[in-house]
Amino acid sequence: MTTAAPPFSGARTLATAARVLRQLRHDPRTIALMLVVPCVMIALLRYVFDARPRTFDSVGASLLGVFPMITMFLVTSIATLRERTSGTLERLLAMPLGKADLLGGYALAFGALAIVQSALATALSVWLLDLDISGSPWLLLLVAVLDALLGTALGLLVSAFASSEFQAVQFMPAILMPQLLLCGLFTPRDTMQPALRTLSDILPMSYAVDSMTELQTHPALTTVFLRDITIVTACTLGILALSTTTLRRRTP
Amino acid sequence: MMNYGRAPAGTASAAPTAPAAVRARALTVVRGHRTVLDDLTFDVPHGRITGLLGPSGCGKSTLMRAVVGTQAKVGGTLDVLGRPAGHARLRPRIGYVTQAPSVYGDLTVRQNLDYFAAVLHPGRAARATRREQVRRAIEDVALTRHADALAGNLSGGQRSRVSLAVALLGTPELLVLDEPTVGLDPVLRRDLWQLFHRLAAERGATLLVSSHVMDEAERCDRLLLMREGRILAEDTPDALRTRTRTATVEKAFLHLVDEAAAAERAGTRTAAEERAATDAPARPEERPVRPSEEHPA
Repeated sequence: MTTAAPPFSGARTLATAARVLRQLRHDPRTIALMLVVPCVMIALLRYVFDARPRTFDSVGASLLGVFPMITMFLVTSIATLRERTSGTLERLLAMPLGKADLLGGYALAFGALAIVQSALATALSVWLLDLDISGSPWLLLLVAVLDALLGTALGLLVSAFASSEFQAVQFMPAILMPQLLLCGLFTPRDTMQPALRTLSDILPMSYAVDSMTELQTHPALTTVFLRDITIVTACTLGILALSTTTLRRRTP
Repeated sequence: MMNYGRAPAGTASAAPTAPAAVRARALTVVRGHRTVLDDLTFDVPHGRITGLLGPSGCGKSTLMRAVVGTQAKVGGTLDVLGRPAGHARLRPRIGYVTQAPSVYGDLTVRQNLDYFAAVLHPGRAARATRREQVRRAIEDVALTRHADALAGNLSGGQRSRVSLAVALLGTPELLVLDEPTVGLDPVLRRDLWQLFHRLAAERGATLLVSSHVMDEAERCDRLLLMREGRILAEDTPDALRTRTRTATVEKAFLHLVDEAAAAERAGTRTAAEERAATDAPARPEERPVRPSEEHPA
């Protein structure tokens, strides 16, 4: 009955994911904000570019990937910070729970939420706002979910370096704004100053936006698209692995 | 209620039979540049309530964190239930309650316990075990009526009892409770101490309970009196009162503090010189007092 915890156990991961979702269920306003705000933004964008539907097509598709990343980043970093400050993290790490169980549980819970969020925003864009993409809307949804998981992973990582909610929120502009400026959303990446171009090559959001652009311009699956989503997934896993090292069972 | 009349027998029988539940030898903890625990040597016997008493900031919480295995930079020897403190196999065997209640405020009492029970006993097969343990834990801390209230909406005392209930899941062999009764009314405090004695007597649990309220000391089987990162005395409440010729543990504690302070005043210079010479200073007053050195009761 009482055995040592393996580093990862499916049941504990699922229990953690269920717990995180249960916490969110007691906070309906947060759920509403997470689901409604991206839709409102996309709708806003559609009418901002009212006279230039082509621009809406390219920017809208990219933002469908960027929105879930930003929301999940914020929600995850705050949720994990609360776990640290409330003492529940110390309690869990003194219990037979693997670190991967905890991070996996968070990724699973917020990943599920990201699916709902992205499905709503994508459906709204494609069916009501006439977002014109050449590729499949299902792939659009897949990329949006992968981007959301990237945001979750980044949020988990930075929460280790934030000691208050104020700091955690400030990490959003610090970590995500530079990526947003360099990801090719405002201007194509190859027209940037060469040093910035190189920098944008190593930032994961660039590949998230690139893959959306591929989908928007090519009806069939391209190798570039596959390469881009592989890079995004690899970054997510790498950052998650890095976050496990920030969870210490022993603290000073 | 508090005097169980077994204190003298307890010390005599606990020492030679089973190895101690917690065994510390030259235990030292450094936080930042400060030595918070300095060369501690003590034993916590099996199946008894050991009280860890001392003023705020004397290192009680650090000592408890070291026993549970969440404290970094622990030097010396610290064995818990036969293994080095912090060993992975110890995690399901120890229940730990931090000073601030560590539960999810945005979950109900039952949802909190359901989750922590699932961490201890994962999987579908253990569902019945979990349900029974959750029911018993809620009953143990008398929160059955509030089982479906959000933990965040409970009073401070109720929330700390939820935190205690979490530690009772899985029937741990060692319970480490950091100031579990702080801020509770007298009736609840009495009920909790009765629960602690039941856990020791009926479930065979070893309890290490910290407090800075000296009257709680009288309810413990054994005491570790701490001050400024050192153990001032280690004994039964009765033996401490007898040895210091005082009526209460509080007076005994003050007596021992005065004694230590006087010894320190007298030996400040020499102690400093000795330290400079990197020689271990002799501080007989601060060495833990073994029960065997005491009057046979």
